[in-house]
Amino acid sequence: MSKSFWKRGEPFVWASGAVLSIVVLFTVVLIGVVVKNGSGVFWPTALVTYELEDGKKALGEFVKREEHSSKKGEFRNQLKIGNRDFYSLDFKWFDDALVKNKKIEKGMLAFERLEYGNFYGLINEVHVPEGEELQGGSLWEQFNAAQELQEPHVHTLEKLEQSIKQVNKKAEKVRLKRLKKVYHGMSEEHAEIVALDAEAAELKSGFKQLMLTFAEAEKVLEGYHIKVSDINGRSKEIELFEIVRAYRPNDMGLGAKIGFYTLKIRELLFDEPRESNTEGGLFPAICGTITLVFLMSLLSFPMGVIAGVYLREYAKDGWMVRLVRIAVNNLAGIPSIVYGVFGLGFFVYGLGAHIDHLFFPERLPTPTYGTGGILWASLTLGLLTVPVVIVATEEAFGAIPRGVREASLAMGATRLQTLMRVLFPMASPGIMTGFILAMARAAGEVAPLMITGVVKLAPALPIDGEAPFFHLKRKFMHLGFHIYDIGFQSPNVEAAKPMVYVTTLLLVLVVLLMTSVAIILRNRMKRKFTIGAF
Amino acid sequence: MRESFMTIGDPVVDCKNVNIYYGTAQAIFDVSIGFARNKVTALIGPSGCGKSTLLRAINRMNDLIGTVNTKGEIVVDGENINHDSVDVIELRRRVGMVFQKSNPFPKSIFENVVYGLRIAGINNKSTLEEICEKSLRGAGLWEEVKDRLNESALGISGGQMQRLCIARAVAVDPEVILMDEPCSALDPRATIKVEDLITELRENFSIIIVTHNMQQAARVSDHTAFLYEGKLIEYGVTDTLFTNPKEKATEDYITGRFG
Repeated sequence: MSKSFWKRGEPFVWASGAVLSIVVLFTVVLIGVVVKNGSGVFWPTALVTYELEDGKKALGEFVKREEHSSKKGEFRNQLKIGNRDFYSLDFKWFDDALVKNKKIEKGMLAFERLEYGNFYGLINEVHVPEGEELQGGSLWEQFNAAQELQEPHVHTLEKLEQSIKQVNKKAEKVRLKRLKKVYHGMSEEHAEIVALDAEAAELKSGFKQLMLTFAEAEKVLEGYHIKVSDINGRSKEIELFEIVRAYRPNDMGLGAKIGFYTLKIRELLFDEPRESNTEGGLFPAICGTITLVFLMSLLSFPMGVIAGVYLREYAKDGWMVRLVRIAVNNLAGIPSIVYGVFGLGFFVYGLGAHIDHLFFPERLPTPTYGTGGILWASLTLGLLTVPVVIVATEEAFGAIPRGVREASLAMGATRLQTLMRVLFPMASPGIMTGFILAMARAAGEVAPLMITGVVKLAPALPIDGEAPFFHLKRKFMHLGFHIYDIGFQSPNVEAAKPMVYVTTLLLVLVVLLMTSVAIILRNRMKRKFTIGAF
Repeated sequence: MRESFMTIGDPVVDCKNVNIYYGTAQAIFDVSIGFARNKVTALIGPSGCGKSTLLRAINRMNDLIGTVNTKGEIVVDGENINHDSVDVIELRRRVGMVFQKSNPFPKSIFENVVYGLRIAGINNKSTLEEICEKSLRGAGLWEEVKDRLNESALGISGGQMQRLCIARAVAVDPEVILMDEPCSALDPRATIKVEDLITELRENFSIIIVTHNMQQAARVSDHTAFLYEGKLIEYGVTDTLFTNPKEKATEDYITGRFG
């Protein structure tokens, strides 16, 4: 009886089910934690006022409540009190015993600033330059009016910044041109060099002029400022253009909160980071990650597929092929940092340095390609993922029934025709699976990037509107590295914590997005090319 | 020549002293046989007797197995196909093949039929459509699939698939069609349809069919060759061979005493 029970395999089915459940559970918990912590970060939290036993007050966002580790039954609360310029700490613990009263008061303000993090408090005065009038009654209305008034000036300033950048770029181009000509033996008195020098001088004077205008524009902006004070009345002046956003969380309705949330999400997706990456957007990192994976695919996919096809379809089976196959499989298991070191040594210091010597000798010792960049990083990732693609391709071709191959060959097709017209379409779903695995692996890899070109803050994107549009030598930002950087390298770890969750969530979403596109493609191919059983 | 071997004048395929080896193991021993034009010739014999090997030697499909070595002459249209100078691609266009397990490509029915034309570089739409219809009619499949030519060939029944494979072979207008147990994976009704088709195809093509099914050989073929342990034992007109075998082994086999 019991023997047949074991033989029937019921317990085995249960055990497999249990194992699968555990795996699913882990995944759900992981995604759940990231989503829970990541999605709530931008929801405006109420500003709580604590009246303390010593008569002072504290204002801030409630973070968490926990039991004292030493004193049982006593609790303490953590507030994000902001105002780093006043308190030098963003977060503070308050023991229950020391808090007399907790309340949420209307009218409390939160300012997101370019520097020093958030400010929580009240407005006392609003100032605009002479000659401009402030309409409106309450200080909040005055503040908003002043912001509207300064807007055109901010625009002017931004435009000026752009032109300064342009001039700098031009000057750099002229400098490099001159450097090249001199390097190739042109004398200092040559007409072309003189012309270049004149151009440089002109650019320089233009730059000086721009800087003067810029300083003036800044002065105008300084006229717009407000006087704010914290909950205990300590006051400070803040210039309006330092304020990224001001809001009154305690007065917001649901609609306003949703509006605020979407605004923050937009900032996250399309803006640059601020405050050493703990605030602002992640656009450069998103862009960097996607570009990196894309470039990696361009290298790894064709190479992997071609190598796989050769191994399976053309190479004569022998000890050599077997050796290669073993090598490929082992390659997939090498730690990624090893690839990183190889990339640094071979691509950056080897290939890159040679390119510099051959094509940009005049710029040395400043490296052009001889330093980390998105090209080298994606080549390194390409090497890392090629084995996955090779193995998947081989498996996909191996799974095609021999009959189909024979049918095509018996029709008088050449091997190439058979390959292109019949085998490739049939193997494509399997190859796509390899692509998906490779992409997922590449998007999540950080270690090899850290030594081949990823940076904390990149001055320019690897793709932009400037010819030649793809800037392969540029350094780049990456979501995975961003997590490591703000989570573990930031001076203000506590303040960066929400951003770690948000970045993680975003990375997961980006990977998910890229792989789901591939999965949809694969399923479409599968429907089309799979042999139905009859 | 022993009296149990029939000679064919002007054979379409003429095998002369063919020996085939798998590595060191010999599979075919000194077989000489001529196949008649516009006739159906059945190759029968117990499993492992080498009939498929012999069949696949005629369009050099054995080349695909690296270890196979063919000695002797196989003459198709006056040309020894075992010569190095022979273009295998060209040969396989003249000698079509239908396999035991139907193997349509994962393409539309239309593309399956015109595959041989496409790889030969014919892409004229009206030509392809014309030949497609002609071949499907020839394979008795036209009425069944004419409304879904652009649907996947993997969605039709097993019997239809096999007839589609025949249509595909017919489309390139070969001289000889080799069939390797074409009905062994089909149910009786589909088998009858394919057998009828083979009988019709005889008018335009020379057919060599390997079969395990004695009744089938008797039903469809004009000539029958009996192979045993890699040797050609007896070859003659089907009716004579089945009713009055000259060799003891043939008699034993067709009466079901072994095999």
